[in-house]
This record gives sequence, structure tokens and C-alpha cells, in this order.
Amino acid sequence: MKITFDWLKDHLKTNLKEKNLLEQLTNIGLEVESVESLSSDNQLFKVAKIIKTEKHPNADRLKVCDVNVGEKELKKVVCGATNANEGLITIYAPPGAIIPKTNTKLEIAKIRGVTSYGMLCSESELNLSDESDGITELSKKYEKNIGKSYFSKSKSNLIDLSITPNRPDCLGVKGIARDLAASGFGRLIASKEKKIKLKSKQNLKVKINKEKGQGCSAFGSCLIKNVKNTESPQWLKDKLISVGQKPISAIVDITNYVMLDINRPLHAYDADKIEKGIIVRNSKSGEEFTALDNKIYKLEKGMCVISDNKGVLGLGGIIGGTRSGTEFDTKNILLESAYFDPRSIRNTAKKLNLDTDAKFRFERGIDPLSIETGLKKAASLIQEICGGEVSKIDIQKIESYKTKIINFDVNSFENIVGFKISEKEIQRILTDLGFIIKKEKNSLKLIVPSWRPDISQQIDIIEELVRISGYDKIKTIDPIKDRSKSTLTQTQRLFHFLQRAIASKGYLETITWSFTDQSYNNHFREAGKEIKIVNPISSELGVLRNSIFSNLIMYMSKNLDRGFKDLSIFEIGPVFTGSKPGEQKTVVCGLSAGKKSRLSWIDKERNIDLFDAKRDVVQTLNEAGYNSDQFFIDSQTPNYYHPGKSGRIFLDHKKDKVAAYFGEIHPNILKKIDIKTENLIGFEIFLENLKLSRKTLKDQKLKFSVSDFQKSERDFAFVVNKDVEAQEFISVISNVSPNLISNIKVFDVYEGENIPDNQKSIAISITIQSSEKTLNDKDLEKINNSIIEAVENKTGAKIRS
Amino acid sequence: MSDLKKIRDEFTSKLKGKLDLAELNQIKSDLFGKNGLVSSQFKKIGNFDVSERKKFASDLNIIKDELHDLINLKINQIEKANINEKLEKEKIDVTLPERSFVRGKIHPVSQTIDEISSIFSEIGFSVEEGPDVENEYNNFTALNTPDNHPARDMHDTFYLDEKKERLLRTHTSPVQIRTMLKDKPPFKIIAPGRTYRSDSDQTHSPMFHQVEGLHIDKNINMGHLKGCLNYFIKEFFEVKKIKMRFRPSHFPFTEPSAEVDIGYEIKDGKIIIGEGDKWLEILGCGMVHPNVLKNVKVDPTKFQGYAFGIGIDRLAMLKYGINDLRAFFDCDYRWLNHFGFDPLDVPTNYRGLSR
Repeated sequence: MKITFDWLKDHLKTNLKEKNLLEQLTNIGLEVESVESLSSDNQLFKVAKIIKTEKHPNADRLKVCDVNVGEKELKKVVCGATNANEGLITIYAPPGAIIPKTNTKLEIAKIRGVTSYGMLCSESELNLSDESDGITELSKKYEKNIGKSYFSKSKSNLIDLSITPNRPDCLGVKGIARDLAASGFGRLIASKEKKIKLKSKQNLKVKINKEKGQGCSAFGSCLIKNVKNTESPQWLKDKLISVGQKPISAIVDITNYVMLDINRPLHAYDADKIEKGIIVRNSKSGEEFTALDNKIYKLEKGMCVISDNKGVLGLGGIIGGTRSGTEFDTKNILLESAYFDPRSIRNTAKKLNLDTDAKFRFERGIDPLSIETGLKKAASLIQEICGGEVSKIDIQKIESYKTKIINFDVNSFENIVGFKISEKEIQRILTDLGFIIKKEKNSLKLIVPSWRPDISQQIDIIEELVRISGYDKIKTIDPIKDRSKSTLTQTQRLFHFLQRAIASKGYLETITWSFTDQSYNNHFREAGKEIKIVNPISSELGVLRNSIFSNLIMYMSKNLDRGFKDLSIFEIGPVFTGSKPGEQKTVVCGLSAGKKSRLSWIDKERNIDLFDAKRDVVQTLNEAGYNSDQFFIDSQTPNYYHPGKSGRIFLDHKKDKVAAYFGEIHPNILKKIDIKTENLIGFEIFLENLKLSRKTLKDQKLKFSVSDFQKSERDFAFVVNKDVEAQEFISVISNVSPNLISNIKVFDVYEGENIPDNQKSIAISITIQSSEKTLNDKDLEKINNSIIEAVENKTGAKIRS
Repeated sequence: MSDLKKIRDEFTSKLKGKLDLAELNQIKSDLFGKNGLVSSQFKKIGNFDVSERKKFASDLNIIKDELHDLINLKINQIEKANINEKLEKEKIDVTLPERSFVRGKIHPVSQTIDEISSIFSEIGFSVEEGPDVENEYNNFTALNTPDNHPARDMHDTFYLDEKKERLLRTHTSPVQIRTMLKDKPPFKIIAPGRTYRSDSDQTHSPMFHQVEGLHIDKNINMGHLKGCLNYFIKEFFEVKKIKMRFRPSHFPFTEPSAEVDIGYEIKDGKIIIGEGDKWLEILGCGMVHPNVLKNVKVDPTKFQGYAFGIGIDRLAMLKYGINDLRAFFDCDYRWLNHFGFDPLDVPTNYRGLSR
């Protein structure tokens, strides 16, 4: 909502300065978005006429115009607008002017070799409207103003307010003045109604159809005959220009003025173009009409239209049609002042993707009792400026406005807000805001003003009171440092632990979007459901991710393109399994590329491999409190991993839920994505699949027992079929004598010379120690033999002599 | 001459010669081994009369110690010489690079979430979470934002179905609804998490982070809200004083509602929080609307309290001088490395939030 202090003063008597005004507006919840100074600079913008145009010698789309700017010599201006034709009256900005839209200072510039002295401006460049197609076109009447400043002198700055959707009453200058007055900033000036003679009867029949979903509950109108539509007088033009509106014709300007002044949208029809009266009804499916924005709209069933016998004239409360629009030669007008249901307005406008000043107001709620006031205010102005006779006012209604009454408990204020104001002050504020108050025994009976659709219950009154009293009166009550419940749940603690544990292993944490590119996602989706976003930002961000890999691999690729070769990144966050709330899992996903050591004077160069990832995963789980001796690992992994070089980890042999996957990313995916690196290794840890220990750390730590008896290390080498896994050896050996075998380490795996095909040699070092005594040679011999026997029997291996 | 003296003389003179480590060890073993010359003398002690026994034993011990020390001295000398000789040869260029290491980092948003949790933990808030995909009811309707409410226009929503029943949450406020439906009052929670709006330009990202706060109890009023936020902002920006301004505003789910500005100034191109005469909007808050409480079956005549919502990414940008919101989600190695935090820097109350 754009206002000026000058306009406010039509309704507000105050001696305070603009600086105080800006502060006060913000203090009462009418936030000042920006303040534009129009006065000083905009005097430079002049009414000008294009006298001659020539094609630019070096550019097809540009013209070189000779422009009359009211000086002796014509100015040469280069212009690209298609409507820059000879004879056009437009607005000229000389060098040195600051273009309001871009806030840039104009300079004399060579454009493709031709010097341009200034610029011809579009409405959008002047912040007059959003029209950026071509330069501003002024009517012939401006011919006498050539060389004069387009904008009138105004001392008032343009103040742009961000009005919250609950305050339609402040979409009119008067409403803002009322709020300011209630807060002590000046005094509200009572509106004087000019008396006009309403002679004739309004003889154009208006009917509101009583039908389901009727969006119009009241339609007020009056006829004004024998008007002479003209250009608005200077004061009115200045007023509209001062808030960034472009004057059009007196009738249109007056309806706009009334809308901006008291938030009462009106519509003026050329009465001679209406066929036999007005019918307000629901639209039929497929009906069409041309709106004042020169677009043809095809309507759906049930939209609120103003129509006549021939068809749709306009969309009620949203936009009028060209068929019945007023022009300079309009003689008789029908002025409409109606009430439209916010829901109906909003539905229609949304479906047709239409946004107008009237729609913006009606969807927030217009004062239902302002129909007559608005008509009278506009009619008297029209009569004053355009002449004519005004008919009596006709109001058709299918529903009457019901007064809202609230019983307000005065004590409730302090209870919610924390400070007290006197009942007298409460009454004063509410009266100033337009409430009618009846004092009852323990409460105030309040009649809510008709222009406040946002107020319906006690809390709304409290808000009004604290807003007008000032939020700075709210006392600060310091919080008490007391904690009765633990801050994080066990799962949340695990989340944070895993996050930092992975980062501590050299991974950079990333946060990527929860949506991703469908084609990337499909590489990692497996049998998962594809979850499409109906209205994505772009087609490359069209689906929710089924795996974090899709994003990580994309960004990994970008980083490799930046020239980084060896890189580990990870993300901890959601992946989605369905489109219902809760169909998501938390995954820690890591990705490493390149080499583990590169160009080292001390270490052998080698690619990163799956055992690096496995170490990171196992170590992390171990640090998080899961015993890696219990883990069960096999090679069944999703298809996006290399089938022979990937594994999955269970926390124990029950193989309940997969704790993690690790391995090389499938070479086919690398090829399709065209990612160039020595090796690409990934892992996923599934947070929800990690069982939470019921024991706290302090319970787990209770027992400490170690053996000080001598320990012995024995090495064994077995030959065994290739497909027997190391895990099986370890499991068999540890079961031989769990009390005595304290450590088992595979230290060599060998295939090739001296070993039969399909077999491998596996060397294991075993630590044997008793907690009861020092084992003698005989004891050790016995264990050795048991180990060999068990391994040979259970794995089919043979001991190498 | 007694045997003892003979042994002593013989070996003392032997030990005067130039001997290597092996020869010395041989002598040691000849004397003190299981059947060594000295060891075997000890076995004779029993053969002597009581009167002579004492003297013999004493002499024997003296000789034993004498020879023993002599041998050890020799061995030490040689070993020392050996080490010195080795040290001469073993000299390495220590300015050569160490074995390579990689530092992992924590994303600034994660670090900021931990900082926020740590601060609110002190005053008794616990952390709640909710799903990223929400239904229309929890995200809007239950929050007093019925269908066709113009306030819905302010949230450019991503929908997952044509009927617009499922969506990506546009704020963390639905966690309020879930929490209050699940438990009984009082409530004192914060809910950090991802939020989504179909808005993408220099200052908007289609995904960003918010933290929701909710405190519902019997007598919680706007003074408590002011106190809580004042405490949080001071702790978060690690300043002693903060200039703060509550401005009336409107959110459908709170009433009265406020937007909160903090004072700042620009010094040498850097933003200084807490001083100066410029205002920066950082959060929205208010008293939970009675309609919302009714929707979650909490009696608004018995319970009341406040809620707030803060942009986490924006807090991180302000605190750590990050200019571009979109860079948060661009995964540029250089950016992550520059703005990331060491995983060992866990924000805590006793060590401080940040170094």
C-alpha cells in the first residue's frame, strides 16, 4: 500500500514530522517497506513529443528519435521501443535523471555509435505500472504540457507499507489514519459527506440471482446521466501520481481515488452499453469475455459474474470488461459498489491467475457497510468534475450484514501480555478504533466495526490493545535456567554422534536439497517409489530423493571438474520411501573419489578402495557403541554398487536390519554420469536400523577385568577354496575356545604359484591367553590342534605345513 | 692364594683388554652363568666351618660385585659407543612433509543447529522433529490458516499431489501441531529442520532451515517470550548487550504476533550485531492462537504460551559472515572447507559455543 504524508493529512490532523510518522507506522504494525523520495529528482522527467524517427544506422531494432522537450533544439534520443513513433507524446528523462526502477543515473551515452541525449521512459521504468512493453503513451491533451515536468511538485515522499492480510481496512488511507490517531499520532478528521441531489430513480434493473455459491451478497448502484468524461483536474492527477498511479480519465481516476482513500472499490459501466439491466449470477462453463486488460478469459462454472442480457460484462470484484467500459465519449454511467465474498473472489482469481487492486481488497474483506458511502463520495466527485445528474441509490441484497459482538474480559489483557493498562485507556483505544462499547458487570460488550473482518474473539481485542499501546511496554521476563527433560532423545544423540564421527574421518559435510534430478535418482532408486513434485522449481529438481547418492554424485562430479582429485564428502539427512508424512528414513551417506595417497615421497600411491570405506563405517559404528566383533557382513548389496566389490553390515548374526552398505559405485553409473576419477567409493548407514542400547554408558562401563597371565601368539596358514570368506574362519576359530582366544587377525591372503587353482592361502595370527593361569606348552599344543581341527572340518581348509 | 683371589686377578686383567660385546657376554656367562666360576663358589659356602663361613661369604660377595660392575661398565661403554655411532649416520631432513592428512568439516548449518540446541537446552527446551512431507492440515489448517486464506499466498508451496493434500512443509510450525497432539501440556520444545518453498533467486533457496520454538504452560505471557528471545539472541551472537525491537505483525497461528528486529551497524565492511542504528529482521513470533490450541485439544482457557520461528541459515550467515545463501547447498569443496567447522568443536556451554 502506497501512501504519502500529504494524503494522510486529508484524514489526520497532526503537527508531527514525517520521521515520527515512519516510526509510528512500524510501531503499530503497519510496516514501512520503503520510502522513496519523489520530490527532488522527478521534476527532471518532462512531457515530450517525438517529432521524427529514423532507423538506427547500426541496429535494426533501434530508432533515432528527434524529440521536442520544450527547448529550442530537438534532442536526439536512441530508443528501442516499437511504439516510438512520430507524433507520440511521452515522457523524457534527460541525462542526470535517476531512473526510479533501476535507481541508476542516466548519462549521455553512445549507443551503437550514435550519441543519445537522455531516454524515453516506459511506465515500468518510472514505477507507474508494470507495463514495460514500449514507452509511455500520453494523450493528446498533454500537448500543451510539452517541456513541463510530468510529475507535479510534491513535498511528500512515497511511503510503501507492507499491510498484513488481516488488515484490509488499512488498504485505504483513512484506515491508516484511524490507526495512527488511536495510537496518539494526531486526530482523525471526521469525513464530511458532500450533499448531492439524488433526483431521478435508478431505472436500470439489478438482480442478484439466489443460487448456490453466489459470490455477491449486496449490489449498490446509481446512474449518472449526461456526464462529460474528461481529463482529471490537476489536484486529482497529482494525488494519483503521488502514489504511483497513472491518471487515465476523470471517471476511472475518481473510482481509483475512492478505492485508495477509503478502501471502497467501485466500478463504472457505460450504462448505454448494458443490455436491459444487470444480473449478478454464477458463470456457466465455457463463457468468455474480454477483460479490461485486453485478455480473453474463458470461465469455469460457478464464478461470480456481472452480466446483462448479452452475456458477461465483468468478473465481480476482480475486473471489468471492455464491452461496457467507460471512455472519453461516455455519456451515461452506472456506478457499482458491491460486496463480494472473499472466498469466491479468491477461488476465481486463482483459477484465472488474475491479480488486480480490487481483487486484492475484496479477498481480504471490504467493509460491507461502505456501499452507500462509496457511491455518494464518487458520485459527488463525478458530478463536480464531469457534470450530470445522479440518480437515487439502489441497493440489492440477498444477505444482510450481521453486527459482531464480543464480550471482553478486561483482565485477560494482562494475563496474555504481561503488563496492565487501565480500563479507561482500554475504552479510549477501542473507541478510537471504531468500537462501540457498552459497559457490563464484569466485562465490556464491544460492537466490532464493520471494516474489521479480522476481529471475532477476545484475543483479537487483546492484540489491538497491545499493538496500539506499544510492544515496547512488554516487560522482559528472564528465562529460568532449569531443565526437567533431557534435550535430545537417544536417536537424536546418535544422529549427532554419527555426523561428527564421519566428519572426523576426513569427510566434508554437505547439505543438499531433498529433491533431485529424476535421471540421477533413477540410478539409485531400485524398487523404490518415485515421488514426483507437482510444481517443481525446474524439471531437474522434479522428484524427492530415494537416495542421497544422486545429489552427492552430482556434486562430487562438479568438484572433480573444479580440479579437485581426492575428495570425501557426506550428508546426513532424509531419503524418501513414499509421499505420505513419515515415509522417510535418515541416512548417513558418504562418497570418496580418487586416491588415498597421491604424489607422496613417503607412502606408496594407491587408489581409495572399499576397505577404506569399510574402515570408516566399522570404526564409526564401533565408536557409536556397537561391537564390531559381533558384526555379520555379506555381499548382498543394491544394484548401484559394484556387485563384487561391495558389502552390507548387520550388527549381529541375527541379520535383522541392514546397518550399512559400503563399496564401489557400479561402473555403469560412472559411465552414464561421465564422472572421471580413479575410483568412486560410497557407503550408507541407516540410522533407524541401528538398535539403541538399553544400557547407558555408565552401566556398560561397570566391569573391568583383564588378564595378566602370559599370552602367546600363534600363526597358522590354511589352504582353502576361494569362496570361503575370512569371516567364516574368524567365526570358527573364535568358537573353538572363546575364553582363551582373545584376538584373531588375518594378515595375509594369497592366490597363485604353489596354490592350486580355485584355492587360496589365508594366514592368521591368533592370540591365546587365559585369565586363570600361564598356559604351558602342553596346553598350547592342545589349543593349536583344536583350532586346526575345527577349521579343517568346518571350512574344508587344509593347514599348510 | 685362595680360589677367590685367583678368579678375581685373572678376570680383572682379562677385562682390561679390548673386548667386544660378545666376548664380554661370554665372560659374564663364564662367571655368573648357572655353572659359572663365581656361581659355583656360592655352592661351596655350606662346606665351610661356621667360623670361616662368614668371611668366605663376605669375600665372595665383594668379588662378585666387583666383577659384575666391571663387566656392566664395559658393556655400557660399548653400547653407548654403538648408539653414538648410529646417531651419526641416522640424520633425516625433518622438513620433508608429514604423511598426508585430511580434515573433515561440519556444515555451518549443522553447527548452528547444535549451537541453538545448546542455548535452548540451558533453559529447559527439548528437541522435537517432524517429517519433511506434511499433510495440508498440519501445515496450514490446524495452524489457523484455512484454505483460501490470503496468508497462504506468502508460502509458495511444493505439492506432491494434484489435490494439494500432501506437500513439503513450508515451515517448521507443523511440528507444534504434532507435538501437542502427541503429548499433554506443558510443552517446551524447539524443532529445527528443513523447510521448503518454491522460491529460488539470489536470496531465496527452495530449501532452507528453520527452528521452531513452542512454550505452553499455565501462565506464559509475552514477557516470557521477550525474555526467552532476548536471552537466545545474546547467547547466540555471544554479545553482552543486544538492541532488540518487537514490532506488531500478523501470522495466522499466533496472536498477538510480532516480528523481531535486532540492531546492527556496518564497521569496515563487516556487520556488527547488537549495536548501531540499523534494524535487521530476524524472526517472527507471538502468542499461540487459541484456535490452534483448540485444534490440538489443548484448553486455551487453562493453557497459553508463545511460539517463534527463526531462519537458521540466516542466523549462520549473520554470525559467520556468509554472504550467499545459495552457496550453503552448492557443495563447493572450497566453500565447505572454508566455512565448515572441525568435528571436535562441539558447541557446549562450558567450552563456549564457538572458538
